[in-house]
Amino acid sequence: MAKIATAVRNPAHSGKSVGGQGVALKVLEPASRLSLRARPDAVAALSKALGLTLPQKPKSSAAKAGRTALWLGPDEWLVIDEAGGDPVADCASVKGLHSAVDVSHRNVAIAVTGAHAAATISSGCPQDLSLTAFPVSAASRTILGKVEIVILRTGEDTFRVECWRSFSDYVWGFLSEAARDS
Amino acid sequence: MLLIRCPYCEEERPELEFRNAGEAHIARPTDIASISDEDFEKFFFIRSNPKGLVFERWRHVHGCARFFNAARDTVSDKFLLTYKAGEPKPDASTLHAEGGPAAWANRPPDQLNEKPKAKRSTKGEA
Ligand SMILES: [Zn+2]
Repeated sequence: MAKIATAVRNPAHSGKSVGGQGVALKVLEPASRLSLRARPDAVAALSKALGLTLPQKPKSSAAKAGRTALWLGPDEWLVIDEAGGDPVADCASVKGLHSAVDVSHRNVAIAVTGAHAAATISSGCPQDLSLTAFPVSAASRTILGKVEIVILRTGEDTFRVECWRSFSDYVWGFLSEAARDS
Repeated sequence: MLLIRCPYCEEERPELEFRNAGEAHIARPTDIASISDEDFEKFFFIRSNPKGLVFERWRHVHGCARFFNAARDTVSDKFLLTYKAGEPKPDASTLHAEGGPAAWANRPPDQLNEKPKAKRSTKGEA
């Protein structure tokens, strides 16, 4: 009889959290992620397939039923599904030319929460994170220290920081230090 | 830190998000296999590198990831204009090459406390 091998998934930094003065960090649960590239003529069909309107405005995002689409560039979106859906499969039926790549395990997400959340990220991110320049639901690819990150402001005092898995040690360490100082 | 306006993100963003990508408006030969070595050298290696107004490609690599073009003053390091890739090269005479604060800071120490000269027309220069 053939042996059945089962792989155990060990998400990076699973369950880690740090609480500080006015800011808390938490590694978020694994999620489905889609890197989407498409020209304007395919956007409407992709929006319909994904069940949300892909944002067209720079630095913006759109969310619906546990799924969020972040504008990264004029023809590029990061779609994050935390409701157990499969956004890549949803795009499969769309006829228009597009590229939909599953990057679920490429990223690690860290929630930065609290009154000092913006100050914590600003310790290594040169973007203006004030509420006027970076309002709730604003999203942007940018940098933290020496690595690239994607920031989504989920609330006035809440950010979701997405980084590449291999950078997650660095990002977690950086934000933990920053949280202590903020 | 410099703030650079990305024409795709439609706002000024910190310079750390950008990379320079060399001189702009260099047309690739339509039939590259048939051109002479001298012409290839000119196209591939020779760049203008002037002091003053330059037209450059930049890339918002840690932002929207787009290439775009910029008119920059190499003396003051001031960005005079940024525009989308594919848009025509702006007329140099319409750009105001007056140095801003950065040019002021780059003056030799004995001139630092001099008052900046009155603005003058840049027509016919560059
Ligand atoms: Zn941009």
